[in-house]
Amino acid sequence: MLFALAAGLCLLAPQSGTVTAYENAVIYPVSGPKIERGVLLVRGDKIESIGAVGSVTIPADAKRVDLQGKVVIPGLVDTHSHVGGGDGGDESSPIQPDAKVWEGIDVQNPDFLRAASGGLTTINIMPGSGHLMSGQTLYAKNRKARTVEDLLILGENGWIYGGLKMANGTNPIGTPPFPGTRSKSAALIRAKFQEAKEYQKKWKDWEAKKEGEAPDRDPGLDAMVEALEGKRIVQHHTHRADDILAVLRLKQEFGLKVVLQHVSEGAIVADEIAKSNTPCSIIVLDAPGGKLEAVNYTSETGRVLERLGINVAIHTDDGITESRLFVRSAAYAVRAGMTESGALRALTLSGAEMLGLEKRVGSLEPGKDADFVVLSGSPFATRTRVLQTFVEGALRFDFNDPKMRVYAVGGPGAGHAVEPYLCCKGGN
Amino acid sequence: MTTLFAALAILSPAPVVETLAIRAELLHTQEGAPIKNGVVLVENGKIKAVGTADQVTIPTGTRVLRAAVVTPGLIDARSTLGLTGIYNQQGHDQDQQDNGGAVQPELRAMDAYNPRETLISYVRSYGITTVNTGHAAGSLMSGQTFVVKLHGRTPDADSVKSPSFVLATLGPGSLGRGPGTRAKQLSELRDVFRGAQRAAKAGTVKGQKADALQLVITKKIPLLVTAYTAQDIASALRLKKEFGFDMVLDGGAEAVTMAAELKAAKVPVFIHPLMQRPNGEAQNLSYETPAKLNELGIAFAFTSGFEGYVPKVRVVLMEAAVAVANGLADTEALNGLTLGAAKLLGIEKRTGSLAVGKDADLALFDGDPFEYTSHCTATIIDGKVLWEGKR
Repeated sequence: MLFALAAGLCLLAPQSGTVTAYENAVIYPVSGPKIERGVLLVRGDKIESIGAVGSVTIPADAKRVDLQGKVVIPGLVDTHSHVGGGDGGDESSPIQPDAKVWEGIDVQNPDFLRAASGGLTTINIMPGSGHLMSGQTLYAKNRKARTVEDLLILGENGWIYGGLKMANGTNPIGTPPFPGTRSKSAALIRAKFQEAKEYQKKWKDWEAKKEGEAPDRDPGLDAMVEALEGKRIVQHHTHRADDILAVLRLKQEFGLKVVLQHVSEGAIVADEIAKSNTPCSIIVLDAPGGKLEAVNYTSETGRVLERLGINVAIHTDDGITESRLFVRSAAYAVRAGMTESGALRALTLSGAEMLGLEKRVGSLEPGKDADFVVLSGSPFATRTRVLQTFVEGALRFDFNDPKMRVYAVGGPGAGHAVEPYLCCKGGN
Repeated sequence: MTTLFAALAILSPAPVVETLAIRAELLHTQEGAPIKNGVVLVENGKIKAVGTADQVTIPTGTRVLRAAVVTPGLIDARSTLGLTGIYNQQGHDQDQQDNGGAVQPELRAMDAYNPRETLISYVRSYGITTVNTGHAAGSLMSGQTFVVKLHGRTPDADSVKSPSFVLATLGPGSLGRGPGTRAKQLSELRDVFRGAQRAAKAGTVKGQKADALQLVITKKIPLLVTAYTAQDIASALRLKKEFGFDMVLDGGAEAVTMAAELKAAKVPVFIHPLMQRPNGEAQNLSYETPAKLNELGIAFAFTSGFEGYVPKVRVVLMEAAVAVANGLADTEALNGLTLGAAKLLGIEKRTGSLAVGKDADLALFDGDPFEYTSHCTATIIDGKVLWEGKR
């Protein structure tokens, strides 16, 4: 609702909002070729135009910022993170689609500023992988937040953008009611989706006639129906080749929109992944192992999947890897043979596509959210720093502000919660 | 192995001389300024000559490896590699922590090191040739470390120095396993070392535990104390003052806060993995710690530490790269991975720099070793090429 209202206002007053021209930057729009000396024109929270210096008309009232040859890339999209301490389902059942991660997130957690210092502007915050289905994920905007509501992306009728977290392989296996084998994992989840289909039909039938009493609402099954309808994307933890194939079977059986998450042995079944046209959000690690299903992890997964034309995003899985070093993950994928353009897309637009947010974030295009990162140099160079991160036109992180810098590099104070935002005293 | 080699030498009248030459566009010897267009000549596992291509003649028939940048083999000053393995299965490949007692300085690293562990060949492919590895920082005194070359033969054949350190851990890392408070940790350690002093005086040193403690109080090897907070670092320095042993600080998330005291006590630092997460006692750790310690004149070396989950091991080269990205000069970062680390481990006569007579331990790169997109193209240990490729 809120979103619809904002969109309406935007139509009525397209000229509203302060205008800032970020000039003389090397710009990687990701949706198009690199601009050697470009301008990014931001109006309010949106990108108004982008192009080479001279090709963009800068309004007279625009604030002008000379970036002096620094590099601008889209705000980074992390398709798999656990920042903010959110959680999902508890020990009561292996399948808990009703649990919403956002209701457990602490916005005061320093994770969010650390993530901003790494250039992250959109973050898929997930519940864990210890369940077959641990709950609803949140596609958070890394805005400065006082309450968790400040992080939400709202769609039609106030729909909160998010996915459905699922997992197979070793993590969800346990003692009853959790599955004890892979077969049982598949059987349990299949039964639940069949139940959701019946529930979906019951509601469809009732809505067609509106006779008698409406069926009981089940918030968990509602979320699963959204998954069956393709509105809620299944974000599926899976490492081993056979487990990946099990996800592809489930996807086909129920017509789900699925993103494969982690995909450590993806290179082994890359042909099957390509054939099923399933996007992959991969993790890039310093080393394999630490758990049985990650023993065959290889940094070459990105290269292999990219060559086959599979859509590849890279994620942090923060705290497994560090949001502050998100760009480094992509650099290591490049070292293992991924193309630089593919790796940059894997941090931005590919991730946006995997969250169904590609119309809004992930690249620098007119009409999209003004989420962008100013780098000191070439994106994948070791000595390049994130200097500034903007979310919807607002400065979210500034390396030159000592109060924020500490979250980028660490040191005394870095582990403490962000200074509270005092709502009624003028705040900060 | 040595005996076998000696026996072969007696049998064969003209022993085969194994030679190898390495040509580098840029050669970091760590014994002076880097050499452009440099050559290292290797004979029977040792460095025979180092210099420019004009100075060093490569005998005909010698195998030549070429690289853009060549450094001494990299050293990881503190790890649990080989005691901890890729599968992370207790009772199978996790031998870093025995919970049979809080004070077990007698537990030797060599007795738990698996030279055929998969992760050993993995880190070797990033130029790591030597590791100080051993027990984890999980109890008050969890055991010892030893220094090992990453050949992957036997612990005995690959050992460089055993033991290298006796371990102690202060603060939350060892609370609950034995002493339940910080005061009790200190009190127990005092009891342990007072007992060792008394035994030495009375000439009644007996048993493995006592033997290990004697190594520390007689300054044969230092005590390696893992402590993260300024408070726990201060406690470690207090103990050092009381007992006079040599000490190296491990972890040291707040080492910069305690820089003056560390410098006065001449205690160097094995810095925690920079990519360790800033949680708990390590909440104030900083990517800038190496740069700041360097500015303050405190000797340090890089470590991969201990990882309990995914990824199961850190690569010390990647750790140093993060320090370089955060203000540490390349030369200092390389020192903390080579000669500087070797000195702190007491193995600088054998490895850590490229000089005539030293072990032929080298790492070859196709670019700046600290660039994320560079590759280690070859790793050489004692003249043996144990990695070639691009990972």
